[in-house]
Amino acid sequence: MYTLGIDIGSTSSKAVILRDGTELIVQKVVSLGTGTVGPSQVLSAVFEESGLSPDQIGYTVSTGYGRMNCAQADEQVSELSCHAKGIHFLLPDAQTVIDIGGQDAKALKISESGQLIAFQMNDKCAAGTGRFLDVMARVLNVDISELGELSQRSKKPVSISNTCTVFAESEVISQLSSNVPIEDIAAGIHNSVAKRVAGMALRLGRPTAPAMSGGVARNAGVVRAMERELGCPVLVHPLCQSAGALGAAILAWEKLKKEKVN
Amino acid sequence: MSEPITAQTNAASADQAAPAPKPKRPKPKSMLLLNEQTQALFENARLAKERGEKVGWSASIFPQEIAETLGLNILYPENHSAGIAARHQADPFLQDCEGPLGYSNDLCAYAKVNLSYASALNNESTVEFPDGGKMVKPDFLLLTNNICNQLTKWYENLSRQMNIPIFFIDTCYNPSDYVTETRVRYVRAQIDQLIKDLCAFTGKKWDDKRFQKVMKISQRNSFLWERANSLMDHKPAPIGGFELFNYMSAMVCNRGKTSSTAVLEQLNAEIEEHIKNGTSTFPVDEQYRISWDGIACWPYLSHNLRTLKKYGINMVASSYGKAWAIEYDDLDGMARAYCFASTNGDNASTMIGRRMEALKKFDCEGTIYHVNRSCKVMDCQMMEVQRQISEQAGIPFASFDGDQADYRNYSEAQFETRIQGLVEVMAQNKEAKENG
Repeated sequence: MYTLGIDIGSTSSKAVILRDGTELIVQKVVSLGTGTVGPSQVLSAVFEESGLSPDQIGYTVSTGYGRMNCAQADEQVSELSCHAKGIHFLLPDAQTVIDIGGQDAKALKISESGQLIAFQMNDKCAAGTGRFLDVMARVLNVDISELGELSQRSKKPVSISNTCTVFAESEVISQLSSNVPIEDIAAGIHNSVAKRVAGMALRLGRPTAPAMSGGVARNAGVVRAMERELGCPVLVHPLCQSAGALGAAILAWEKLKKEKVN
Repeated sequence: MSEPITAQTNAASADQAAPAPKPKRPKPKSMLLLNEQTQALFENARLAKERGEKVGWSASIFPQEIAETLGLNILYPENHSAGIAARHQADPFLQDCEGPLGYSNDLCAYAKVNLSYASALNNESTVEFPDGGKMVKPDFLLLTNNICNQLTKWYENLSRQMNIPIFFIDTCYNPSDYVTETRVRYVRAQIDQLIKDLCAFTGKKWDDKRFQKVMKISQRNSFLWERANSLMDHKPAPIGGFELFNYMSAMVCNRGKTSSTAVLEQLNAEIEEHIKNGTSTFPVDEQYRISWDGIACWPYLSHNLRTLKKYGINMVASSYGKAWAIEYDDLDGMARAYCFASTNGDNASTMIGRRMEALKKFDCEGTIYHVNRSCKVMDCQMMEVQRQISEQAGIPFASFDGDQADYRNYSEAQFETRIQGLVEVMAQNKEAKENG
């Protein structure tokens, strides 16, 4: 039986189809989020690539910022539980999950069986979120996907101390006008995000085998900075960006199984 | 005069866009009595002012029984600002306060709303009153710092602006789990002096017999308020927990009045009737019972309520409302009780002990913490309270960012994600418990 998970974020849409809750049939990411054609595009893409049709899907769970506006979903589940489930599937040893999303950042404590036990989320502002990195990449005039590699070349990272995105943007502009190499600024930006999010994660206690989830986990600069802040290696899976959608597809399978039992 | 705000009217106004709104549930008699009491409070202050009598404004946990004994008409800025915020009327006051009046955005939003309102009363601001100016201009101020220290600066500004006196009781922070006798003497001495000064200023006379009578009424009201809160331990809880917030004005503004006794006796009777019949005013099945930590998020009370209702969550315990269940039987007792009335004046172990007791009594499965931008003292201690309580009680929690009166500090989507996450953890815990 096939199940579908769709993660509609604020900046991208991700979808995963699973067979029997364990076999990954297809996963797709479209860089357009809720309120755009992103969700329908990503659904078309997974059906096209898998050759499946919507009526072959037994159960669909939506998650992410736009989860309530997904007509195809049988149920909506928070991205907290979905990332916990998805990362446990990909990296079974992980017991702490850090997800930096477009609108918020979260740290999850998960059990050995992958269940969400406790969580912390960012407070008040955009600092430490994916949106912060988007703004900074624009100021540096580089594509967001290049930011990680760029920062790896840094020899002397600058300090970006402001937690306010707008003030931090001014700090970056000031560094640029002082002819500081952009790789040092990029590294400083990553350190700033990592400090903020690691601080939040540490409220859950010293992390055990932390893993990063979501699109920002593909940025090696942020991951290295996070490792420095947490003082331990951080696990990252190549499918980290689809972890939320994967978790949604697994939860869809679990719901289906439960319905059959009942 | 506009109708007092209630959780029901809030929810109803937010639901106006729905295609076929459900018929409104008739208001219970206790709520009708409460509305009459609220109208009377403002009307009596207006009439007193017309007669040339002195009218005061008071901090919310000032010993109300002193003013009641002297027969003074008192209004409550914190309660009034909460009402303005809950009715979504705070914006012009907030803009005026941070703009022309030049106050900092970081101030408590109750203060911001009130400082602007007061400026309009003083003809120093052009903000229009949404309520006809029912908070009549004060002639004196009554202040304690047991709930908040920013109140002292807020009231100092009001005092200078309107050239009126402050009658102040300093209660101090409580480093111990009890109030020491030296502290009781310190506060008692201030109460004695305050009564003398207030009598001299208002021309009123202190009557011990009347004080005894007011004290009895106040004790009866505290008992009834405490009881109404305690009856939430029944399953399902007899009423929706947010409804109790609506009755707080009976304790905040009218603690020493028989009209509060009538409201609270009626409320208790209605609650008992629900318990007897196994019914509840909570509109959906009570699937989860949680405690609420922090002041209500008044501008989004209806959104909070709708979201919790959607997931079957009833808020059966709150540290907020119970602060007004103040018990004592003489002036020394009054000094002791008002030293220990508020979370913000308590040490961490007292605070955590009270919450642990409530979680157990009301069989709560989770806690929601309102990280309130207006109340930084409360936020400061909240993180440690969360950590210790979660560990000791073994129940999950979610915290959300909001404000008691500033609507600009809240995100509906982020609130719902956190509540849904909390529900998912509570559901797992419930399932694990059921499966042994």
